[in-house]
This record gives sequence, structure tokens and C-alpha cells, in this order.
Amino acid sequence: MKRLPQWAWALAVLALVLLFNLVLTPGFFHIEQRDGRLYGSLIDILNRSAPVSLLAIGMTLVIGTGGVDLSVGAVMAIAGSVAACLIARPAESPLGGINLHRSTPLILLAALFAALLCGLFNGILVSWLDLQPIVATLLLMVAGRGIAQLFANGQIVTFHLPSFSAIATGSLAGFPNPVWIVLLTFLIFAVLVRSTAFGLFIEAVGSNPVAARYAGVDARRIKLAVYALCGVCAGLAGVIGTADIRGADANNLGLYLELDAILAVAVGGTSIMGGRFSLIGSIVGALLMQALTTTILTRGVSPETTLVMKALVVVAVVLLQAPAFRSWAVGITRRRPA
Amino acid sequence: MITLSEPLLELRGIVKTFPGVAALQSVDFDLLPGEVHALLGENGAGKSTLIKVMTGVHAADAGEILLGGKRIHPHSPSDAVNLGISTVYQEVNLAPNLSIAENVCLGREARGPLGIRWSDLRRRAEIALDRLGLKLDVRLPLGSVSIALQQMVAIARALDVSAKVLVLDEPTSSLDANEVAQLFGVVRSLKDQGLGIVFVTHFLDQVYELSDRITVLRNGHKVGAWRADELSRLELVTNMIGRDASELDRTEEAAAGVAATGEPVVSAQQIGTRHGVSDVSFDIRPGEVLGLAGLLGSGRTETLRMVFGLDKPDMGKIERSGVPIRRFDPKQSIREGFALCAEDRKREGIFPDLSVRENIILVLQAKRGWLRKLSFRSQSALAGDLASRLRIHPPDLEGSIDRLSGGNQQKALIARWLAVEPALLMLDEPTRGIDVGAKFEIMSLVEELRQDGGAVIFVSSELPEVVRTSTKVLVLRDRKAVGMLEGGQVSEERVVREIAEGGA
Repeated sequence: MKRLPQWAWALAVLALVLLFNLVLTPGFFHIEQRDGRLYGSLIDILNRSAPVSLLAIGMTLVIGTGGVDLSVGAVMAIAGSVAACLIARPAESPLGGINLHRSTPLILLAALFAALLCGLFNGILVSWLDLQPIVATLLLMVAGRGIAQLFANGQIVTFHLPSFSAIATGSLAGFPNPVWIVLLTFLIFAVLVRSTAFGLFIEAVGSNPVAARYAGVDARRIKLAVYALCGVCAGLAGVIGTADIRGADANNLGLYLELDAILAVAVGGTSIMGGRFSLIGSIVGALLMQALTTTILTRGVSPETTLVMKALVVVAVVLLQAPAFRSWAVGITRRRPA
Repeated sequence: MITLSEPLLELRGIVKTFPGVAALQSVDFDLLPGEVHALLGENGAGKSTLIKVMTGVHAADAGEILLGGKRIHPHSPSDAVNLGISTVYQEVNLAPNLSIAENVCLGREARGPLGIRWSDLRRRAEIALDRLGLKLDVRLPLGSVSIALQQMVAIARALDVSAKVLVLDEPTSSLDANEVAQLFGVVRSLKDQGLGIVFVTHFLDQVYELSDRITVLRNGHKVGAWRADELSRLELVTNMIGRDASELDRTEEAAAGVAATGEPVVSAQQIGTRHGVSDVSFDIRPGEVLGLAGLLGSGRTETLRMVFGLDKPDMGKIERSGVPIRRFDPKQSIREGFALCAEDRKREGIFPDLSVRENIILVLQAKRGWLRKLSFRSQSALAGDLASRLRIHPPDLEGSIDRLSGGNQQKALIARWLAVEPALLMLDEPTRGIDVGAKFEIMSLVEELRQDGGAVIFVSSELPEVVRTSTKVLVLRDRKAVGMLEGGQVSEERVVREIAEGGA
């Protein structure tokens, strides 16, 4: 018998949520086409889960090495502010001197480059200075929003550049662009970790760092690389968030999303202790979280309950993943008289 | 100083059985007041079990414990402390971020209406340290003083006013020579105060320097107890290892047809570290197996770690094929054809999350780099090949390595290093904790490698294995090289003699 992957449980719960909606939420599965773009709750789930999915992809690799990156929300804000300032160019911004001629590809690259620098900063703290990942990334989590506000001079920088906004609001073959961005990023990362030995080295470092050193795996370089990649993913998520609202809000962009990303990874079956990881699991985890949020919103339940509901589902999935809990649950049901 | 007084502590006929293992079989032990009594034995002899019985960690299955002539039944370590038996363990189990005073008094602070009375606490700590002849600023954080002083703070903490017996479990393993002298001064002053001290160590020189009597355990039995001045080193070592030097025949010729030709693969010249081994020299040519012999803690593992580049030697130099090593980095060593199959399987060897296949190919993959990934098919072929050559059972390559038995995990780790076809393979205790069949397979594998012109360093606590496998043997004692036996000199008798008396 082939063992089910760890993320099978998250997929099962996701199917359960969708089934619940199929029966009880009229119109949940209704999809219509307007101006060449698809609309509907299912499309909405895919589209809105994009930022967390991107964060979760990078976070999966970091967690695979036994680390964690708390700064991804703040890095989103930095990338967003960089993009917005380069477009709007308020003369007084520290970035005002740089003129990229409102070229969307160049601005996108600049924002991702800023995010890459943030990731490298985290990576250097963790791998070369040997700081605990939680502490090291907490630094940028706290300072990052300050840096983003410095770029934007403490204001919400709004802009008008349709080609840049299209990153979030445009669509291709009916599906919103963010969905394609997630798919493409996922495929690139899947190839990067599984068609090379990079994924195996990540798992070796996370599984037993001492043995990895004895085996000649360069744990420092591996860690530097995963934090850098995690930064780039966060930058991409930040660009989508900024393009969506046509402005950079350094205080709120990506706020608490690092927690959602960590939850998505955990729900997707990757151990927070490091070792074996699953990218597809993390995507399923991110979709599950968004499916819950969308369900609660469309059913008109008060939004305060969203967080509580999410927590309950996360507890359920994580318990289901634990073999100890499963055998306990089986024992309980067997003992009951029929 | 041995007085003719009644024993302070007496253990009679102690039996302790763990599932499947008879750890102690009717062991007697007695301790006089004002005596340092060394408790010696190799790994698995039962030393730690005996100590755990007398300090209340384990309850004995049979036998009795008498303290000052009265039967006692310590059922927990704190119970034993209350009765007057205190223990200081090998690792300092204190809180380095608290002050010295807090560490000494932790758990029995003097309390007043406003919480802890700090002045009282400091005074009590000073009194306790004074008893050891130490004057320290007790407000300093413990982490700011040397390991030796921390060790003594641990002793001060262990010595409640009522303490009669002090157990020191390998207290010197992380101390340098000066620190050991300082610690011994403290132990002697406690002895003069009439305490009985049980001293566990694996440094023979220290045994003779400090102890009045010696009890030797082997395989859960008491071999005997002697006055230290009536037991020669040779007798002590033969008792610990369990082989009578005079009865050992020297017929066992070293592996026939030693074809040690060519340049040395590796040559170490008086290498050592400040806190560890010193003065170790050897060289190995293709077709040679160098055995490292010596008791536990004699510096065998430290030597291998330096050769493999895990630790940088503070003195001496190591040459690979005539070129001195500059970069001490395992990754570089692997690239140059060195392999170290480390002693601690769980901590330094296996990747519990990964499959048997992944565990076997990992070093080869690391050597190739992340871009040149071995295809799944060639991974399976290589791992399958090595698994059948080493008879790894079950041959389920895709299962987690965690599900293999100890011996099969060990074989998988050796397979990992054979996969890179090393010029020098270092095996640190490759036969520990595995069954006889697997031991035999590993030893024949070493011989096979040697005949193919490989070079091997073989470390084992099992003397017969070292002698049978090696073409020459470097003997270590107390972290120093004390002798090198080559060719016809390699015999158990000679090795035992060198361990006891070599280099003197």
C-alpha cells in the first residue's frame, strides 16, 4: 500500500468545505464570464489566495531547513512601497531620484530586487551569524514597515499606471493574472527543488544539521538561498497587493500574512521542525484558508467569526495529520458499543 | 588516607535488570569515610547503573543499601540528597545565566516576607564555596567563569551541610590540566573533612593520582576491589578489558602480506588541540589499516575529527598526499577523498526524515553539487547495489531509515561513504551495538577495501576487532599517543601492555 501524502488531509478538508457550500450555499459554484474574464466564488478563492500562496511557497523552503521567516509581511510592504514610489516619484521620497520612466518591467524588477536584499539580510543573520531564525527575522518584521514608511515618507503613495495595475487586476484566458503568477512561481520552484538536488539538501539540513555538516552539505549556502528566495516570493506578493489597490499602504500591506503563510505550510503537511517539505501541500493549505474566508463572507456570517473558524479548521487538520491522534481516535470509536 | 572505620556507604548484592539486559548482577560496593574510591569499567560495564542505584534514580531489583549502617531506600535523587548522598554529573547541569549564588542555592532559597532574602542567599553561597576553599564574587553570572569553576559551583551546590557521600561522575572530561589540578585540590580538602567520594573517570593517570581504592566492573559483574597502590596499571587494564595479558597468545599475525607501498595518503605530525589530544603522529599508506586503540575518552574520536577537518588542530600539521591541509572543512575533505563514518549514529549520521536511498546517496550528491543531480534511476541502482553488497535488511530503499535496526542503519551509513569511493575511510566504532553477523561483515569489508589498495582507520573499543582488522595500531592513553605497533608486534597482549604502561 502506498502511503498517502501528508497533505491529503488538507485536501480532504478543502473538499469537505467545498461540498458544504455545494449543498448549502446557493450560487457558490456559479461561474460566469464577463468581458473575457471569469467571475464567481471559486475564481475568487483562487485569486485572493494568491499572496498567501506566494508567501507559502517561499516559507515552505525556509521551514524545510528548520527555520521560519516572520518578516515576509514587512517585506511585502517594502516591495510595495518601492514600486509605488518609483511610479509616483514624490520628489521628497528617498527613492525620488531614481527614474525608471514608469516602465512596468523595470519597476517590477526593482521591487523584487529590494525584496531579494531583504531576504539576503535574513539569510546572512541566520546562516553566517547563527542567529535563531525567529529572532533574526523578527528584526526585519519590526523594522521593515518602518523602512517602507521611510521610502513613502509616511504617506500612502497612490499612483496611476494601468500596465502596472494589470499585474493584479488583469486576466489571461479567463483567469485573473495573480492565479497565473502563482502557478508559474509554483512550477519554477518545483523544478528548482526537485529537478536539482536543492530540495534534498534542504531536507537534509532540516532533518539533521549536524549530520549534514559531516556529510559535506554546505548548510550555510542552503540557508542563505532559501531566505533569499523567500524574500523574492514576498516581494512578488507585495507587488500584487500594491497593484491591486493602486497604492502602497506601508502600515497595512501584508499585515499578519506571515502567520497565514506559516499556517498554510503547517496545514499542508510540512513539519515546522524542518525536514520533509511539500510545496503542493502549502498551496493546498493556502487555498483551504481562503476557501474558509470566502465561505464565511458569502454566507453572511459576521466577519469576527472568521478567525475563530479558521483556527478550528487548522486544529482539525493538524490533529488529523498526527498519527498518535488518529490511532487514539480510532481506539475511541472502536471501544464504543455498536 | 584509609582509616579502619566502619564503611560509610555499603551496597550489597545489587541486582538491576533492564528489559533484555542484566545491567548489574549481584554487585557489592563499599565506601569508607575520608576515602576517594574510583569506580572503573568500560562502556556498558554497569558503572552508571550502579551510580543511579545509589543516588535514587533507579530502584534496585534486589540487594540492599546501607548508609552509616542503616538500610536506606532512596527513591529519587532529591531523596538521596536528603539522606546525604550527592552527585555531580559530567555535564554541568546549572543555569549559566543566573548568578553563582542563585545556582548554589537554587530550589532552597531563604525566603522572607518579601520573597527571597538575597543577602542571606549570598552569604549561604559564600559559606558553601568557602568549604571548598574558593573565594568568588557570588553575584557574577555563572556563565562568566571557567568550566572548572562551574564544576566546583556544581559541587558546592551538591554539598548540602548534611552531605556524607559525594559522587563525581566523570567530572574532568571537559577540563584542561590546570583545571583538573584545581578540582583535585577541592576533592582532597573534602576528603580531609571526612566525606566519602565515589570517583568515576576514564583517565587512568587521574585514577592513580587521586584514588585510595579502585573497584572494577565488567559486564554487570564486580571484578574486584583493590587498594590503588596494590594494583598495577597492567592489572587494572586487563581487569577492565577482561583479558589476562599473560594468557593472550601472540599467534594472531597481523593481516598477511602487508603491501604498504607508495606515498602516505595521510600523515599526521604531532597534532593536538589545547583542550584535547596532544602529540599524535602517524601515517597511512594505501593498503594499510590503522587501528586506534585505547580506553574510552583516550582521544580516538578527537584524532579522527582533526583528520576529517571537523576540528582545527592547535598544534602540529596534517598532510594529505604530501600537501599540508590548510582549510579544515569536511566538505573540502570529502572532495579530497576522505570519509568519516562517525561514532554517534543518531546525532551525526542518519537523516531520520529521509529514505534509505536518500541517506545512502547524500554524500555523493553533496560532492557533485546541487546542480548535477543524480537521476532517480542511478540513485536507486547505486543504493541497491551497496545495499545488497552490505546485506542491508530489509532491502526497502524507499522506506524511512528510521525503521531499520541499529546494525542496518550502520551499514547504510558505511554504504553512504563507500558510494564516494574514498581514498581514506575512517570508521569510528562501526561495530558498536550491532549483532555479531553484521560485525563480521563490516570487518571483512575493511579487509576487502585494504586489499583493493584502500586506506582505513579503524576505531573500536573491542580490542580483538582492532587487532584482527589492523595492519598497525596506534595506542592512545589519556589523550596522548603512547605507542605504535606495526606488523608482527600487533597482538592483544602488546596493545594491553601499551595502554597500561606505554610511553611511560
